[in-house]
Amino acid sequence: MSGVSTDELARLEGVSFSFDGSPILSDVDLRVGRGEFVALVGPNGSGKSTLLRILLGLLPARGTVRLLGRVPNELRERWRIGYVPQRPMLAGDQVASVEEVVAAGRLARRGWWRRLRGEDRDVIGHALESVGLLPLRHRRVSHLSVGQQQRVFIARAFASEPELLVLDEPISGVDAESQRRFRESLLHTIEDHGTGVLLVSHELGAVAEDLDRVVVLKGRVLFDGPPSDLMARGVSLGVHPEDLPFWLEELR
Amino acid sequence: MTLPWPFEREYMQLALAAGLVVGACAPLIGAFLVQKRMSLMGDGLGHLAFAGVAGAILLGVWPLWGALLFTVVGALAVEGLRARGKTSGDLALAIAFYVGIASGVVLLGLAGSLNATVFSYLFGQILTVTGGEVAVVAGLGAVIVLAFALSRRALFATVGDEEWAQVAGLPVGALNALLAVLTAIIVVAAMRVVGLLLVAALMVLPVAGGQLLARSFGGTLLWSSGIGVGSVVAGLIAARALGLAPSGTIVLLAAAAFLAAAFVSWIRGRLGGTGETASLHFEERVSGGEDA
Repeated sequence: MSGVSTDELARLEGVSFSFDGSPILSDVDLRVGRGEFVALVGPNGSGKSTLLRILLGLLPARGTVRLLGRVPNELRERWRIGYVPQRPMLAGDQVASVEEVVAAGRLARRGWWRRLRGEDRDVIGHALESVGLLPLRHRRVSHLSVGQQQRVFIARAFASEPELLVLDEPISGVDAESQRRFRESLLHTIEDHGTGVLLVSHELGAVAEDLDRVVVLKGRVLFDGPPSDLMARGVSLGVHPEDLPFWLEELR
Repeated sequence: MTLPWPFEREYMQLALAAGLVVGACAPLIGAFLVQKRMSLMGDGLGHLAFAGVAGAILLGVWPLWGALLFTVVGALAVEGLRARGKTSGDLALAIAFYVGIASGVVLLGLAGSLNATVFSYLFGQILTVTGGEVAVVAGLGAVIVLAFALSRRALFATVGDEEWAQVAGLPVGALNALLAVLTAIIVVAAMRVVGLLLVAALMVLPVAGGQLLARSFGGTLLWSSGIGVGSVVAGLIAARALGLAPSGTIVLLAAAAFLAAAFVSWIRGRLGGTGETASLHFEERVSGGEDA
């Protein structure tokens, strides 16, 4: 059973980060609660991926960072976090089946040295089904389309039944069918399991209407609130990369 | 034990026993190294093992122990350099290459043993392995199989995407160190079978062929291990029948298996993937439908 129980799944307060003397993030605050769907948007180089890496304990930074109530590197039950990296390494020419990759998501929860049991297989099958890849479970990942590959890695994150799902550009460049599947699977995990979702994306079109909050980042937080507040300021949520400069002008 | 030709003689039976262990285990470790894009790890550690053999000859102890000590310590050092980002993986291996060979030459010079004795370690002499050596090889093989059974899924996840594995809570540092040590162990086990200069070939060539035939990582392991065992057995038969050098023959047969796999893969592509279905059925039958 989980150790520390909290409705605040992710919290960053006054987080700053510099690289080679250049400030990347300045005094950033961010919160994600249980069952909350939060999008983090901003132009290239705005520090989105850096912020995710700090949250996940992959980069040290000044300020307060808490993941499920703990300092990230002190969180032992890491399976409570589901992570979909921006460009998963395995998507290249390496040989692995869809099911093998998704099953890897179950390892930390089961104990990496233990055999997977029937209940684990059920969860893996359910994760595959939720992204529409159950019929393709024996296919080689590198033989799938970019959108299908991305869904494999989302299913891998689902396989640990996480409380917080962190996705870094999961739908950039994927087809409409994959975007639809992606949206359905996210809404399912939020509504049925109370999972908190932090989504970093250039393209919010697929999920724009489902968001609880949008956080606009450009080195610092320019906006943090419900999408309706953003739209009230005349900013469209049918976001495309080329719209972002317009957004940022609107928010100054 | 009574076995048919060409394994009716004791020296061929010892060679077969050592060869089967190495032929089955080397590709199991090699598959992870290939996925990690460190195919030359076995070569680098083979050169370090040469220094270990030389040091052991200088000190008058069994060369196997010297090789094991040098390769395990060297493997952990290479992995440490790579993991801490002090240098890239291939540069760390290059350092191991040069330090290993240079140390070996200097140590053998000091021992006055820079002669034919070292050839059996550099090029392998499987037909002269002793019962004691076979026992050590079998013991090393058992260590590899046990570690592999416990860690193969986690190793697969780690070599596929190290950053994700770290976030997921897998012990990435320990798993990378384990893979380095297992590589060192198989290098030492294989040095009398194919020699230190060819040891990496048995870790990489069967995997290169297996990857072309499989569509899963579990399937790659099965095919690779099968190609490794097949190459050793066929190599020993060919060496006995034709009077060829066994180590080179084994490696050339593994290379031939890769070419055959490439041909099969090409035919499959022309037939529109029907062969892949057969491959999948084979993998599911052998593994019981279980993944890696």
